[in-house]
Amino acid sequence: MQRSNKPIFWSLFGAGGMLSALIGPMLILITGILVPTGTILGRDTMSYERTLALARSGFGKLAIFLVISLFLFHGCHRAYHCLHDFGVHVGPGIKAAFHGFAAAGSLAAAILLLLV
Amino acid sequence: MRTIRIECLRYHPETDAEPHWQTYEVPFTDDMSVLQGLQHIKDHLDGSLTFRWSCRMAICGSCGAMVDGVPKLTCETFLRDLYPGPVRIEALNNFPIVRDLAIDQSDFLEKLQGVKAHLIPREKEEGAYVQTPKQMDEYYQYSKCINCLLCYAACPQYGLNEKFTGPAAIALAHRYNADSRDAGKAERLEVFNAEDGVWGCTLVGYCSEVCPKEVDPARAVNQNKIESAKDYFLRFLRK
Amino acid sequence: MRTYRRPVSGLWWTRNPFYLWYMLRELSSVLLVIYALTLLVGLARLVQGVVRYEDWLESLSRPGAVAFHVFTFIVVLYHAWTWFKVMPKTLPRLPLSNGAIVLSGVVAALAASLALFGAVYLAGLWSLL
Repeated sequence: MQRSNKPIFWSLFGAGGMLSALIGPMLILITGILVPTGTILGRDTMSYERTLALARSGFGKLAIFLVISLFLFHGCHRAYHCLHDFGVHVGPGIKAAFHGFAAAGSLAAAILLLLV
Repeated sequence: MRTIRIECLRYHPETDAEPHWQTYEVPFTDDMSVLQGLQHIKDHLDGSLTFRWSCRMAICGSCGAMVDGVPKLTCETFLRDLYPGPVRIEALNNFPIVRDLAIDQSDFLEKLQGVKAHLIPREKEEGAYVQTPKQMDEYYQYSKCINCLLCYAACPQYGLNEKFTGPAAIALAHRYNADSRDAGKAERLEVFNAEDGVWGCTLVGYCSEVCPKEVDPARAVNQNKIESAKDYFLRFLRK
Repeated sequence: MRTYRRPVSGLWWTRNPFYLWYMLRELSSVLLVIYALTLLVGLARLVQGVVRYEDWLESLSRPGAVAFHVFTFIVVLYHAWTWFKVMPKTLPRLPLSNGAIVLSGVVAALAASLALFGAVYLAGLWSLL
């Protein structure tokens, strides 16, 4: 019986799931609701200078990369399974497309963080 | 005496091209199980109705059926809880129908053979095995499986892909993986590591929800995802 | 033996509340991907300079964007809840009851979220260096 390479994607899925379960809601609350509306946190919390400083720090680069990459890998892996659950025949091409998308997004994030 | 309407999905291959529903009015008392309702139909209303049963006490695993769309053991599902009905009974989902409520379980039986759900001992040792209560705790819940197949009826992944090993087979194999006397984990991993092994599961969890014996097959499957992943990443270290 | 195989409909998940909640859990993944892409776009705008970045920040405060994030917040919260609810099955055997495992996860999430909020709040209090 052929060994599946699911463990690779499942581990990424698991890491992304744990990370998004721990801080996903709060991140969305901060970046998408509180800061843009200036509620509790000022609108300049995510100002250009502040965000740039974060993205230029070693810690910031790692944090931003992990959030974007792991959220993408988690989401894409699960979304791929959704298609299967809807009865769509998902061959290796579709599997590559979904996980490739997450990989591409991760690569883009990495490059941007190196350029910033 | 009160009666309850029971609708059964009928299928006799010698006469039917497709299954069809048939309705019965069944007199019932508060202590009657769905199984007893079926037995009343067979004994007094329609002797051609076919269904499996044996122990009447939820231990033999024979009487599984879909009751109003939910996999149940008919011997421990009660008509008083379903009154006034109508109660829709059909053969367990995801299995081919042989006749009326009887399914073809041969796919499961093949899977069970494939996962080697039996003790594979270490090298011959002298004397009896010693096992502490704590060690028994590790596998005990999985040993309670009565092979009733409600979990397969519940599992949408098995419904979508018949090649998936499925909840009970994996739980029964895990019962040995978790047994301190067993040394067969590596052998069983061959089945588990495949795409249709443990990796066919997306943790819907409905299998554990419907299990009449609280085996928690979903847990067995997901514990073996960890084992399979460990085997995948660490296999080069073993050599 | 001529058995009858009942077809499995692509809408199997609509026939039972348990399946429906499962599907909603699975679909939460789509929103998580969109949110990650939002952050990725923000990162790109950051690299493109202050003008493009400020434009992006401005677009976040539009009612549609805020509404999207409110919806995404609820959905990802549901994902988090189901993630911890299922942890007794996904973690190795621990000397804790199932309820205790779920509670530990929720507490960890609350602690991490509070720490994150605290860090952002405090960072916001400091003047620009």
